[in-house]
Amino acid sequence: MISQVFILSSKGDHLIYKDFRGEAGKDAVNKFYEMVTALTGGQPPVVMKHKELHFVHIRQGGLYWVATTKADASPFTIIEFLNRLTALVKDYCGCLSEKSVQMNFALIYELLDEVVDFGYIQTTSTDILKNFIQTEAVSSKPFSLFDLSNVGLFGADTQQNKVAPSAAATRPIVSSQGEQGGKNEIFVDVIERMSVVIGANGVLMKADIEGEIRVKCYMPSCSEMRIGLNEEFSIGKSQLSGYGAAVRVDECSFHQAVRLDEFDTYRILKVCPSQGEQTVMQYQLCDDLPTAPPFRLFPSIERDSGGRLLMYLKLRCDLPPKRSLPLLSLFSPSLFSSLSQELSSPDQSAELQPKNKAVHWEIPRFPGGAQLSALFKLEVSGLSAASLQEVGPVSLSFELPKYTSTGLQIRFLRLSPIQPGPSQRWVRYVTHSDSYTIRI
Amino acid sequence: MPYLGDEHTVRELRRALSNPNVQADHLRYRNTIHRVIRVMSQGQDVSGLYSEMVKACATVDIVQKKLVYVFLCAYASLNPELSLLVINTLRKDCSDHNPMIRSLALRNMCNLRLPGLSQYVQQPLTVGLKDKAACVRRVAVLGWAKIHTIQPTTGIDVAVVNELYGLLRDPDPVVMVNCLRALEEILQEEGGVAINKPIAHHLLNRLKLCDVWGQSEVLAVLQRYRPRSEDELFDILSLLDPALLSHHAPVMAATLRLFLSLCSTLPAVCMSALERVRGPLLAAAGSTSRELRYAALCHIQLLLRSEPGLMGEHYKRFFCGYAEPPYIKQNKMQVLVELVNDDNVAMVLDELRGYCTDVNTETSQTAINAIGSIGRSYTDRCLAILTGLLGLKQEHITSAVLQTLRDLVWVCPQCGDAVCSALEGWEDNLQDSQGRGALLWLLGVYGDRVTGAPYLLEDCIDGVRSEVSAEVKTELLTATLRLFLSRPAETQDMMGRLLVYCIEEEVDMCVRDQALLYYRLLHCGIEEVRQVLQGGRRSDPSLGPLIGRPPEPISQWASSFNTLEPLTLGASTVGNSDPATPKPSTLTPNTLTSNAEAMTPTPGDPHLPDCSSGALSLSVSPALTPEEFERLWLQLEKGACLEVCVACPVPRCSPEGLQVALQLVNIQTLAFTPPNTHPWRVYLYTHTSHISTKTPHTLILAELLHTGGEGEKEEEEEGEEEGEGEEEGEKEGEGEKEGEGEKEGEKEGEEEGEGEEEGDKEGQEEGDGEREKEKGLLVVMRQHPGDQTALRGFLSVLTTVLHTLSTHTA
Repeated sequence: MISQVFILSSKGDHLIYKDFRGEAGKDAVNKFYEMVTALTGGQPPVVMKHKELHFVHIRQGGLYWVATTKADASPFTIIEFLNRLTALVKDYCGCLSEKSVQMNFALIYELLDEVVDFGYIQTTSTDILKNFIQTEAVSSKPFSLFDLSNVGLFGADTQQNKVAPSAAATRPIVSSQGEQGGKNEIFVDVIERMSVVIGANGVLMKADIEGEIRVKCYMPSCSEMRIGLNEEFSIGKSQLSGYGAAVRVDECSFHQAVRLDEFDTYRILKVCPSQGEQTVMQYQLCDDLPTAPPFRLFPSIERDSGGRLLMYLKLRCDLPPKRSLPLLSLFSPSLFSSLSQELSSPDQSAELQPKNKAVHWEIPRFPGGAQLSALFKLEVSGLSAASLQEVGPVSLSFELPKYTSTGLQIRFLRLSPIQPGPSQRWVRYVTHSDSYTIRI
Repeated sequence: MPYLGDEHTVRELRRALSNPNVQADHLRYRNTIHRVIRVMSQGQDVSGLYSEMVKACATVDIVQKKLVYVFLCAYASLNPELSLLVINTLRKDCSDHNPMIRSLALRNMCNLRLPGLSQYVQQPLTVGLKDKAACVRRVAVLGWAKIHTIQPTTGIDVAVVNELYGLLRDPDPVVMVNCLRALEEILQEEGGVAINKPIAHHLLNRLKLCDVWGQSEVLAVLQRYRPRSEDELFDILSLLDPALLSHHAPVMAATLRLFLSLCSTLPAVCMSALERVRGPLLAAAGSTSRELRYAALCHIQLLLRSEPGLMGEHYKRFFCGYAEPPYIKQNKMQVLVELVNDDNVAMVLDELRGYCTDVNTETSQTAINAIGSIGRSYTDRCLAILTGLLGLKQEHITSAVLQTLRDLVWVCPQCGDAVCSALEGWEDNLQDSQGRGALLWLLGVYGDRVTGAPYLLEDCIDGVRSEVSAEVKTELLTATLRLFLSRPAETQDMMGRLLVYCIEEEVDMCVRDQALLYYRLLHCGIEEVRQVLQGGRRSDPSLGPLIGRPPEPISQWASSFNTLEPLTLGASTVGNSDPATPKPSTLTPNTLTSNAEAMTPTPGDPHLPDCSSGALSLSVSPALTPEEFERLWLQLEKGACLEVCVACPVPRCSPEGLQVALQLVNIQTLAFTPPNTHPWRVYLYTHTSHISTKTPHTLILAELLHTGGEGEKEEEEEGEEEGEGEEEGEKEGEGEKEGEGEKEGEKEGEEEGEGEEEGDKEGQEEGDGEREKEKGLLVVMRQHPGDQTALRGFLSVLTTVLHTLSTHTA
């Protein structure tokens, strides 16, 4: 059971505080902030203990979401609850940021009141909650640069204008009546996270993909939705059939509301999405990418006569030619003092980040099939043969819209019966680099 | 918003709230109340507005009502009298035709948390339990629990409790779960809600209807239910089985916990449950939420304690992502160390090698330590990496590598050569005191094989005045003395200087005392010095067999699964800065050496007052047969006999581990009971002799006995004497002992009123827990001929070994 829930900004301002059981005083909030700021980077801050009180917190949207408990509760439950709470706040307020929480504090109090009673979680389903929540969300200005930087899980939403109306997925699910258009929207996102390690010799050492299908529904009452996946979709290793075409995952799990009676034969998921965001399917694929990894790096590192370190990096994108890459950044930990660079095109930039001991190379556009190169000349104090060892690994972070590395596609999306009035259905794909590391 | 003082804001808000114009316009009124709540949640004290807010409570606007209630509940305890005014409004709302208003009023009435409240609330709550709307019943059920916490002394009416039991059959699943929660709180003193067969089966059947949160709570409550028969047990298990694979981590974890408690007597079922849960746990460990990842990783570590092979083939899932926070990286490395096997060692080491240069120094230290721990089984590969890292000349890396090498050499003396060659030509000047301590220790021990050792030490000795760390100074003293033994000519002069400085000028008492001790020891002659300082190295390999710990029984950790404990535990070990290696490496160099010295009692040992008489040595020869042991034991019963209680827990290592460890300090183990039986016994013997005084050899026989309760001890000893006759010192004898232990456990189980099938196992475990609190081993020693000094020496050696063992395996 949960004793208190509070939300703090990263600077320690109290945004929301709710005491459910009256077991612990309000000073717990300050105590928590004291403890969390006193931590050095390396300590695990998820669970902290002060006297009898356990603090469990998560960080989302730059805020601390904290639950305290005196009993020895299940950590999974509390962490999942906090995650769910952030998701609810995001659903109701549009986005997660200090500003939106501040503006919608009344709504959040109301939510907390309905979601938790006496420290016991009552319900977190939007279907039930929508009957009780009366306060309307105050959304911040619909489109501002500030919001964009906060929006979206992976920042993938910056690409939205290509796929869906801008800021469409970041507005509150319950909006005041009569907001023109977009009322009956439904978004189905296929999001994949890649973690790849490529060895110094170019051999793929590890390639895992964790993916999910997420449905965000704005319809006040949605009838059954049928999501058709690729027909050749297979689960597990044994079912491998035919050549190449098959889309295979190792493990797959579904939301409990998903009905699977047509899944085995037709690969159709049937679900009645409730308002808000939910994950209907999760899947994993380990060590068996159907395609080559999207990026390859060909590094060469040497010392020049002047005691500088020369790093010549050639980066190749193995995606089909039409794709372009929004942003790529590259780190390579090392101990440098100054940097001079030669990049292959002017819109790229590179800078030295002494704090992270890294060179940060940013590539705004990267057409598929292209090859970019960069030459970094680095002054290293006390350069020795061993310093060469210390360079690397290179890590890439990127988002590939309209691309899934497993090849999973959504064939169709049908609502039955057909909704009255205009309804818009959007399907979006994005592959995101969870960790893409290339050893040097 | 400009920051205004509390006073000013409150005054302004009060003026607005009591303005009739504002009150008339409900939108403006609501906005003003909005502002009040905003100020409140910013942490300012606005309790002064209480009476105005009470007035604002009487409104038809639900949003305003809700806001006012938030305020009233927050400040009710400060204004008990005024709060009573609200109650009328609330009671009226409780009979509103709108169920939402009814539930809202009922909930907030109980949330006021006023002691005098219960008389007003009981009636609406009783009505609420029978309400048509589920949302009101939900609130009413929990309302009783709230009343119980406000006034724990006045018991809740039996009729209400019965009604709550009845509501377990309510069609609404949330009402059902709330009933469980309320009953748990109300009946806390009686041990919570009674789970009998019909209730348990009802709950199990309705489990599917509950949401995730309800399911995990029902599963937690069900842990108290004990199925009557094996068939019933397996029916329940097969019903729960799909939940093990749930992709909601809370449900999965609660189900596994229930499995483990239901099947505590069926280890095979538990193991297969662990297998089943592997997939979901791994998925949670790769979840988007870092916090969930961390929780899953901590729990995976628990699982690995019992089944080290569980995650073997999935080791790649524990490779770190570059953007992960350090605490997750460190946790993953701890898991990786456990997963190493012949097939993946190359990959894992390659990966760990990459982390050694991490930007975060703690992460890189953890990685280096992890390589060190793997080095215990794959020495050559790891040594190559570690010595390679020295070439980077990075301060924090070098320091961590040196500490790791020290620990590694201590465990695996065979890698001494590689370490020596790494130290050859050393010229770095380390700033970090821990690293310097490690370097000095290595130089002291391997001084004879490192050419430059005297020069390195000389540098340190010259700079000793500016040295701040006392630990480094004591380490320096020991190292210099050790080096003096192997290379006297080069060291003598600087050792003299060091001793003079430490004795004459040093302010730290410990350092000074140690210098004095060494000075006097040197007076006793070179042989004594050798005996004291190099004795320690002899026990090095003793730690070897203790590293590969045997799989623990699941019951060891089952009770902490799905609690906050594994997560907080992780926090404390990471705080120690080297979590990847088990305890031995966390010993500072100082304790390491002192431990080593304690193995063979030194003049500095407090247990031995007459230190001048010289050291004591133990030997196992001539060997004793079990028959002889038995004969001597009975014979000596009347003679020299000493019983001492040692404050030391029973070592958790395997009997073989204990045997090996004791053998290395020349104590022979003759017979022992299997671990976790009660009473736990070990029979030992050794021969002692004094080196200098040349007293005749003494034979010491000893029995380690671990019972638990004080009262039992006497009984135990009597029984032991009888048992002695049968004790053959061979396997059969042990078998009997084991039987005895089990019977014991059974008896206890019955005493605690759990005469069920699992009773014996349960009782035993509980007894285990109890006993652990009363840590203590009884050592019964008999010797021939009598020699008190020898006996004390033996005792100190024995306790040191036991302590070392229990800290390693704890």
